[in-house]
Amino acid sequence: MGKLSSRHLLGLENVPKEDISLILETSNSFREVLERQVKKVPTLRGITVLNLFYEPSTRTRISFELAEKRLSADTINFSTSTSSVKKGESLRDTVQNIEAMKIDMTVVRHSSSGAPYFLTQCMDSNIINAGDGAHEHPTQGLLDMYTIWKKYGKLDGLRVVLVGDIKHSRVIRSNIWGLKTMGASVALCGPSTLLPAEVEKFGCDVYTNLDEALDGADVVNVMRIQLERQQSGMFPSQREYTNLFGISKERLKLLNKNYTVMHPGPMNRGVEITSEVADSDNSVILDQVTNGQAVRMAVLYLLSGRKEDAE
Amino acid sequence: MTSKKYDMVIINGRVIDPALGFGKEADVFIKDGKIVKIENRNPKTEKEIKTCSEDQIVDAKDKIVVPGLIDVHVHLREPGREDAETIASGCKAAAAGGFTSVCCMPNTMPRIDNQETVKFVQDRAKVADARVYVVGAITKNIEGKELSEIGDLVKMGCVAITDDGHYVQNPEIMRRALEYAKMFDIPVMQHAEDLNLCGGGVMNESFESTRLGLKGAPAAAEEVAVRRDITLTRMVGGRLHVQHVSCKGAVDAIREAKATGLNITAEACPHHLILTDEEIGKEFNTNLRVNPPLRTITDRQAVIEGLVDGTIDCIASDHAPHSEESKDCEFDLAPPGMIGLETTVGLIKTFMIDKGYLNWADAIRMMSYNPAKILNLPGGSLAEGSDADITIIDPDKKWTVKADRFRSKSKNSPFVGMKLNGQVYKTILGGRVVFEQ
Repeated sequence: MGKLSSRHLLGLENVPKEDISLILETSNSFREVLERQVKKVPTLRGITVLNLFYEPSTRTRISFELAEKRLSADTINFSTSTSSVKKGESLRDTVQNIEAMKIDMTVVRHSSSGAPYFLTQCMDSNIINAGDGAHEHPTQGLLDMYTIWKKYGKLDGLRVVLVGDIKHSRVIRSNIWGLKTMGASVALCGPSTLLPAEVEKFGCDVYTNLDEALDGADVVNVMRIQLERQQSGMFPSQREYTNLFGISKERLKLLNKNYTVMHPGPMNRGVEITSEVADSDNSVILDQVTNGQAVRMAVLYLLSGRKEDAE
Repeated sequence: MTSKKYDMVIINGRVIDPALGFGKEADVFIKDGKIVKIENRNPKTEKEIKTCSEDQIVDAKDKIVVPGLIDVHVHLREPGREDAETIASGCKAAAAGGFTSVCCMPNTMPRIDNQETVKFVQDRAKVADARVYVVGAITKNIEGKELSEIGDLVKMGCVAITDDGHYVQNPEIMRRALEYAKMFDIPVMQHAEDLNLCGGGVMNESFESTRLGLKGAPAAAEEVAVRRDITLTRMVGGRLHVQHVSCKGAVDAIREAKATGLNITAEACPHHLILTDEEIGKEFNTNLRVNPPLRTITDRQAVIEGLVDGTIDCIASDHAPHSEESKDCEFDLAPPGMIGLETTVGLIKTFMIDKGYLNWADAIRMMSYNPAKILNLPGGSLAEGSDADITIIDPDKKWTVKADRFRSKSKNSPFVGMKLNGQVYKTILGGRVVFEQ
């Protein structure tokens, strides 16, 4: 088995194609484990993983924790509500204290972009970014890519449309970098107020008209729209957002025949996506969740393998 | 025999004084803290120098001798944040950076919006290694709501007013500040950033903020703020001074306003002349977090052009010390600001003079003569009879910025590790050597 070029996973920007291919292929082996009656392997026995969550998260935290347990790692969970952070302890002191208990790997979710990079400067542990601010969410990007790759057998040459709040979405950033590296053609679509500055520099096609964006695409990955954005004046009403950017069955006619609908969750049914679409045969939304297990197991395994004392 | 005629003679240096037009080798004679005369070597001075003892002579061979530098934008943090800087340590940093005078900003705790706090700063500064001129707050407690007792502040010695760190968001208050300050002929220094448009940004809004997912503050937030103030100054008169100009739109606005004869002035900081927002993504270095933020290469070039064509009048460091602890954190949680007093001369030489944008006379005018003019301060020239505030610079000395060499109590400089060309050799305050390399 090959090795990754870095001992951390901070984002997908600048991650080489070979690394992404290795993660996707390794995920396949773990995906198979998930179909067994005993869904557990001894791969990370003796390794301790810290799940450091500075931002509320249910599914990502559960997904990582389950992936760690299925690899036989020991896990500890840390979240702000139960920590000394509220008492004013710095991030550096917090992680150095926990690491002093002998931690091998750290999964971090934080509202500040760059916090995972900061941890690489404070700890010896491998760092896995589970979402930092609006920066990156690399394992979500990888699991989205794995899901597409598994269905089509390739990423190269596919047309993927990412719809929603481009400005604030870390999922979109990780998808952009990863998909582009793997040779997919990426389109972005959202209200012009939610397109970030100089968005064209990502090197993607950018649309504010959903129909134009969907025309001839293979995959549409729909992002959750947060109600706060409406309140901060980014669009006039949820109703208007749905009219302009909501994914309904009618609009999917523009996609290629064997199209795929994705959503990283949690979904606002009836807002950015109709139930009819979310529950249709072309929807892989629950597959994404299952595949997330396999991808996170692969990432944990591959990064741990970099440690000299790992068996 | 020791001459009693002079306390100090600076010999063999190249004297650069934009006000007097010097640019050649000359000797500077000092007595009782004042400059007695500056003369080219002649038989008479030859004899005078010979009668001086060794410790009266400062040999400035291959060095340049300039009027003591003046920084119009410095945070000394005392009272309130003595962990980051004190008046004593900040003035030591000034001396090490070649600055004999600094203007301190009022956003201390408590704010400098009353006579007692002005007096406190002045008393502390009496024994410091630089002259400290106090800038008072425009509004009470820097809240942008009611004018401070500006007459009181001026009576106590304040040389200008500012709410630095905050834009006076309410145009009516800014109008009254400009109008009221006219009575005292002091500038109103404005930190120009429209708070609503900034939207809580922690860096410049550009593809860099897009890529990093950090909240961006658009350059337009600065330009809009500057243009509003220009409009108000046109209406009511007064003396507007635009602090830390960082973007093309602001430079253009100031240039246009000056062309119409409006009496406004502006400053630029070394970091906006040298760094861009592309530095941030490399390591999320919190020492690069500053307000206004580091902008794009286009903005950087425009600020340089503004400096070159006189749109921007002076160079100020916006020396903003923060403790190591407060900067050792996530990028967007770090307080904005970086120290600058001790790196300004080296940075300006390396990046503005060596690159051909400015010559020494320009640079000294922007760091001494112009600041003195803008704020009606003594100094800015080596004229006979003036205070012997003199900076001697070794123009080709190569050095590396090191955190443990800073005299400032804080080390928050993004220039640590950088190799610079040009270093302060000696700083003389009222005839007293306050710093030597």
